[in-house]
Amino acid sequence: MISDITIGQFFPGKSVLHRMDPRVKIVLMFFFIVSIFLIDGPIPYGALTLLTIILGAVSGIPARIIAKSVKPLWWILLFTFLIHFATMPGRVVAQIWIFQFTEEGFWRGFFISLRLILLIVLSSYLTLTTSPLMLTDALERLLSPLKCVGVPAHELAMMMTIALRFVPTLLQETDKIMKAQQSRGVDFSSGNMLTQMRNIIPILIPLFISAFRRADELAMAMEARCYHGGEGRTRMKSLAVSGVDYGAVAFSVIFLGAVIGASFFLKQA
Amino acid sequence: MSIEVKNVSYTYMPGTPFESKALDNVSLTIEEGSFTAIAGHTGSGKSTLVQHLNGLLQPTAGQIIVDGQTLAGKGKEVKAARDKVGMVFQYPEHQLFEETVEADIAFGPKNRELSEAEITARVKMAMEFVGLDYETYRSKSPFSLSGGQMRRVAIAGVIALSPKYLVLDEPTAGLNPAGRDELLEKIREFHDKRNMTIVFVSHDMDAIARYADRVIVLSGGNLVLDAAPNEVFANKETIEEAGLLLPRLTTLLRTLEANGLKLDMKPKDMLTVEGAVRAIMAAKKAAPKHKDNRTGGKG
Repeated sequence: MISDITIGQFFPGKSVLHRMDPRVKIVLMFFFIVSIFLIDGPIPYGALTLLTIILGAVSGIPARIIAKSVKPLWWILLFTFLIHFATMPGRVVAQIWIFQFTEEGFWRGFFISLRLILLIVLSSYLTLTTSPLMLTDALERLLSPLKCVGVPAHELAMMMTIALRFVPTLLQETDKIMKAQQSRGVDFSSGNMLTQMRNIIPILIPLFISAFRRADELAMAMEARCYHGGEGRTRMKSLAVSGVDYGAVAFSVIFLGAVIGASFFLKQA
Repeated sequence: MSIEVKNVSYTYMPGTPFESKALDNVSLTIEEGSFTAIAGHTGSGKSTLVQHLNGLLQPTAGQIIVDGQTLAGKGKEVKAARDKVGMVFQYPEHQLFEETVEADIAFGPKNRELSEAEITARVKMAMEFVGLDYETYRSKSPFSLSGGQMRRVAIAGVIALSPKYLVLDEPTAGLNPAGRDELLEKIREFHDKRNMTIVFVSHDMDAIARYADRVIVLSGGNLVLDAAPNEVFANKETIEEAGLLLPRLTTLLRTLEANGLKLDMKPKDMLTVEGAVRAIMAAKKAAPKHKDNRTGGKG
C-alpha cells in the first residue's frame, strides 16, 4: 500500500553513523565518492568494499533495506556489466553473434558495476542514518558561506524542509482519497490504459486542492508566529562537532590516503 | 445477513521500525438493521477497523465476512462488498472533484454502470436525503459551497450508491452543533425509514447515547466494551481508561442520584433528554419537600 513508503528512507538508530554530525557526514561522503573514482586495482577496491560492509554492519541497518536502495538500479548495473563484457578487446572466452565476450571485459565490467554499487550504498548510508530535517539543516549550514554571493541558503533549506515534511502528509492524503474513491466504485487495478488514466483525475483534483489549502494554512501559521526569513534565527538543536566526528575525519583521511596512494603505487609498479 | 469481524489483527508497516499494531484480535458482528457506534480515543484503531468492513484494508490476521462472503485480496467478493458497504470517510468533502454537484454525486452510480435514468433518480434521492434542493444545487460547483454543504454533497455521493450498510467515520467532525444534530437526525431517519444498517465512528458520547442501539469501545487496538448503550455507560472506569467521557446526561443523572435524588427510570431514559426530564420531574413530585436539594452538594 502507498502508506508503506518511507520517505527520505531514514532508519532510526543509535550507531556511530547515526551520532555523527550531518555536516561531517555530507563532507566525508563527498570525499568517499570522489575516491571511488580515483582508486584502481583489486586491493584498494577490496579494502573499500570491506569498509562499506563493515560500515553497514556498524550502522545496524538490516542488509535487506540497504539492498533495497540498489534494487532500482539493477538493470543499469546489468547493462553496464554486459556492455563492458562484450565490447572490451582481449582474450575471447565466448562469442554470441557479433559480440565477443572477453576476460578483460569481464573484469572491467565487474569493477565498473562494483563502483556503481559502492557509490549507491555509501550514499544511501547518509540518507539512511540521517533524518531529513538534519540533512537540510546541515545543507543550510554548508551553503551559508555562499550567502554573500547571493545564494538563498536559508530559503532553499526551508523549502526542502517543508517539501519533505509534507511528503508523508500528502501520501496519507492520497491514500485516503484513493480509498474514498474506491469506496465509490473506482477500480484502480483493472481496465485499459485510458480508463486507468481517467481514474487518476478523481485523485489528482482533490489532492491539488488539499495541497493548496495546506500551503495557504501553513503560510498563515508561519506568519502568525512572526516568521520573516532566516535573519537572526536560532535553532532548537544546534549542530555540534564532537569526538566521534574528529575520529571519523581522522580515520577517513588515513584510509582514503592509503587506498588512493596504493592505487597509484600499484599502477606504477 | 451481517458483517462479521473474526479475530482481526492489523499491523501498519510490518518489518520496519515504524511497525505498529492498530488492531489486536478484534471480533464482532454487525447485524443487519442495527445502529452501531464505534467509540474510541485517537489512535484506538477505530478508523482502521471500519476500513476493513468493505475490504479497503486486508487484515494481517483474521477474517471479514460480509453477508457470508469472506473478503480476501482483490477478488469479486471485495467488489461486491464495496457495493453493499458504503463508506463515508472523515472530512468526506476532501474527496470532491467534479465540476458540478450533480456530477460528483453521480460519480459512484456511474462507476456501477447504471442507466442514465437510474443515475438521475439516485442523485435526486440522495440530494433530497441530505437536504439539498436538486434544482438549486445540481449545477453549482461543489467548491463554491460552504463546508457543511460540501460535506452533505460528499455524503450524498455515497448514499447515491444505495448501500445496504452505511459506515461513517466521524461524520460530524468540524460541524457546528446545529449541523451535527441535523446530520445525525438525517442518518437516523435513513436508518428508520429504509432499515439501513448504520455503523458510525465517533468519540462524541452524547451523540452515541442518543442514536446508537449498540456501542463498541476500542482502546489501543483492543475491543474493551460491546453492548447496549446503557450497559456500556455503566462501566465508567473502563470508559475513562479508554480515554472517553460518559455522556453528559448520564453524568448529570449519576450526580443527582449520588446526592440523594431517587430516580426511578428505565435504562433507556438515561440516554435521552426527554427521558431524563420525565424521571427528574417524577422524582420531584414524589418528594415535594426536598429543601436541601440545592445546598446538599456543598454540605
